[in-house]
Amino acid sequence: MPDDLSRIAAQAAAETEALREARRSFEICNACRYCEGYCAVFPAMGLRREFDKGDLTHLANLCHGCKGCYYACQYAPPHPFAVNLPKVLAEVRAESYAEHAWPRPLARLFERNGTVVALAAALVTALLMLGVKLFTSPEVLYGVHTGEGAFYRVISHGTMVLLGGVTFGFGVLAMAVGAVRYWRATGSARAGRIAPAPLAEAAHDALTLRNLDGGGHGCNDRDGDFTQVKRRLHHALFYGFLLCFAATSLGTLYHYGFGWQAPYGYLSLPSLFGTSGGILMCIGAGGLVWLKIVQDPEPVARRLLGGEYALLILLFLVAASGLVLTAFRGTSAMGMLLALHIGLVLALFLLLPYSKFVHGIYRSLALLRNAIEMRRAQR
Amino acid sequence: MFDASRRFDVLVVGGGNAALCAAISAREAGASVILLESAPKAFRGGNSRHTRNLRTMHEAPTDILTGSYLEDEYWDDLLRVTGGRTDETLARMVIRETKRVVPWLAKQGVAFQPALTGTLSLSRTNAFFLGGGKALVNALYRTAERAGVEIHYHAEVHRIRIEDGMFTAAEATIGGFPEIVRARTLVAASGGFQANIGWLKEYWGEAAENFLIRGTPYAQGKVLRTLLDGGCAPVGDPTQCHAVAIDGRAPKFDGGLATRLDCIPFGIVVNREARRFYDEGEDVWPKRYAIWGRLVAQQPGQIAYAIVDRKAEELFLPSVYPPIRADSIGELAQKLELDAATLEATVRDFNAACRPGPFDPQALDGCRTEGLDPPKTHWARPLDTPRFTAFPLRPGITFTYLGVKVDETARIRMQEGKPAANLFAAGEIMSGSILGQGYLAGFGMAIGSVFGTIAGRSAARTARN
Repeated sequence: MPDDLSRIAAQAAAETEALREARRSFEICNACRYCEGYCAVFPAMGLRREFDKGDLTHLANLCHGCKGCYYACQYAPPHPFAVNLPKVLAEVRAESYAEHAWPRPLARLFERNGTVVALAAALVTALLMLGVKLFTSPEVLYGVHTGEGAFYRVISHGTMVLLGGVTFGFGVLAMAVGAVRYWRATGSARAGRIAPAPLAEAAHDALTLRNLDGGGHGCNDRDGDFTQVKRRLHHALFYGFLLCFAATSLGTLYHYGFGWQAPYGYLSLPSLFGTSGGILMCIGAGGLVWLKIVQDPEPVARRLLGGEYALLILLFLVAASGLVLTAFRGTSAMGMLLALHIGLVLALFLLLPYSKFVHGIYRSLALLRNAIEMRRAQR
Repeated sequence: MFDASRRFDVLVVGGGNAALCAAISAREAGASVILLESAPKAFRGGNSRHTRNLRTMHEAPTDILTGSYLEDEYWDDLLRVTGGRTDETLARMVIRETKRVVPWLAKQGVAFQPALTGTLSLSRTNAFFLGGGKALVNALYRTAERAGVEIHYHAEVHRIRIEDGMFTAAEATIGGFPEIVRARTLVAASGGFQANIGWLKEYWGEAAENFLIRGTPYAQGKVLRTLLDGGCAPVGDPTQCHAVAIDGRAPKFDGGLATRLDCIPFGIVVNREARRFYDEGEDVWPKRYAIWGRLVAQQPGQIAYAIVDRKAEELFLPSVYPPIRADSIGELAQKLELDAATLEATVRDFNAACRPGPFDPQALDGCRTEGLDPPKTHWARPLDTPRFTAFPLRPGITFTYLGVKVDETARIRMQEGKPAANLFAAGEIMSGSILGQGYLAGFGMAIGSVFGTIAGRSAARTARN
């Protein structure tokens, strides 16, 4: 931990309001420590006596926003100390998403992120639908297609692979660069070696959302009551997303490995994965939108809600359009439904690095660093 | 909305742990219950909001407690801190009942932190609330609401009508309106008078103006005063309060636990004249921290300064307020507005008197001063390594000892010795019966929970008859 007060003071002068507020809050929390049973943030805080920007960014990304600490806090507003960790840590997180965005100028997309995501999604989808309309003859576009390769009569397989591959590849590359920059900038590399044991622990924590457990009784999802609703909805969204990803991967294998072309039968594996994943995603994304509407607004960074709503709604639309396409693929609506679905998917791919989606990357890195640090502290 | 025409079985005055335990257990026994909390909802819960654990006996390890802590060891600990100023019958009853009250609290929704996690150095003797006292208070309010207890915030009782040991009605202000609250029985669980500076001044004079109150500003003692005026028997030394030395920059009220400072044994403490006044290393800190409030209260201006050097910085928990730091003692004196020459002389004399020895921050070690008055008998190491760190200290008042006398059923005794007809008490307002002086970590919550449940049951039973 850094020990140089003047360096920290100089740094603090150049820091954002959110970082200074996070430091002020953690200095109060570190003298109290009542919340140490809630999640990983408080034991990690207890390893430190002073908090530089890297520490604060790490702790902010380690926070899962369960809000248990807010309701239990003897210093929460209206107490003059006015500690509101879930809110300020959400702000610090959002600043870290922008700071590590790549290419650098695109960091600006995190300002008014709700508008950016909504407009970009609408634009990309509209462009794709327009393109399909321009390049496909009406008889084909509004015709009824059945059997193998039905989709590719509307949008050729090569076009789909090209568009999907480029957008997804770019999204993954941008997030990977962001991850490396985050790891370096927060000083996480100094925490220790990345060994299999902390990697496994971090993966377990990420996949089970252990830190949304609130120390056993769940989180304050809506208000002072404890529930597991947010955790379960997030699981539905995340595992639904993975199932859809598995469906696409399996389809790729079928296509290139066996020469079987989509669409696949309703009871085929890609279809089963995609349909169940799509339903789970709809439940998860829709449920999380509902939760944001009914939640207590106090421990929430309200200016970030726009971007969160936008991504959830986009995820919902991606899944819902996929389900509708599956249901009506044997009708003359298939052409435009396909264009709509592919358009939304491409928009999602492009927006991955510039939306709340990146929280998964930085949260996982924070969990990894925490697993490394905690192991070292216990020795 | 308060309905003045309704007559309840049990009126609970207060809104902390004892009051909630009483209200819930009275409801469990079938009584209709109204609870009046003087604080607004955000500050409900009295001093319970700032607590962290409950001292409980147990014969074997559990998921929240390690080892065992038997009745006799608990009793010995209590005997030591009170110097015998306790009531053995009531004390042993509380100790035995803690075994039952912890699972009862868990059943009411209170979550406990698993043993051996985090920094739980006391998990053999004390059960820790997950998230602390406010989480406990939140859980109990939720349970009380669901059980049908009628709860009013901003509801201050200022007079209790007592006729010949019989409670008839309470005069209160509820949401800014004067009301008369009628009930068959009353449970007083409204704490002491430590937030009433005017009352503290009766015993401490103007010095009380410089006291900081660690807990709720709503502990004004109005209910205690009206009970004593109504003929209830007093218990506990009215002049005494539990006071620890806390950071002098803490807010006047409600600074809570985070304003404590644990650095005193590892350095020196000087007063406004830059002179030492007491042995900082007399005993291990948990056994001595409660005397420093009084010691600082007796100094001019009720202020003192704890000073450590670089060597000691990491030996105590971080402070909530920033340390005051300087590279020399003279510069530190300037920052503290102390006389630099005197402080330098005090440190020089102290450093010269330190005898070398094996330093051990965890135990009574061999580092002491020789030929110094007052001496420092342990952990005495010269203040010779910059940077130097200081914290201002002021008396932080936790609670007062004056209360009403109760029997084993939580029934209040009247001054002439007979039991009150329908008046009960629980928590800080009666704990002077058991805790005549000193304090034992987590014992206040033990008394509050045990007497709270007893008072609730007794009141419900009395209301039925």
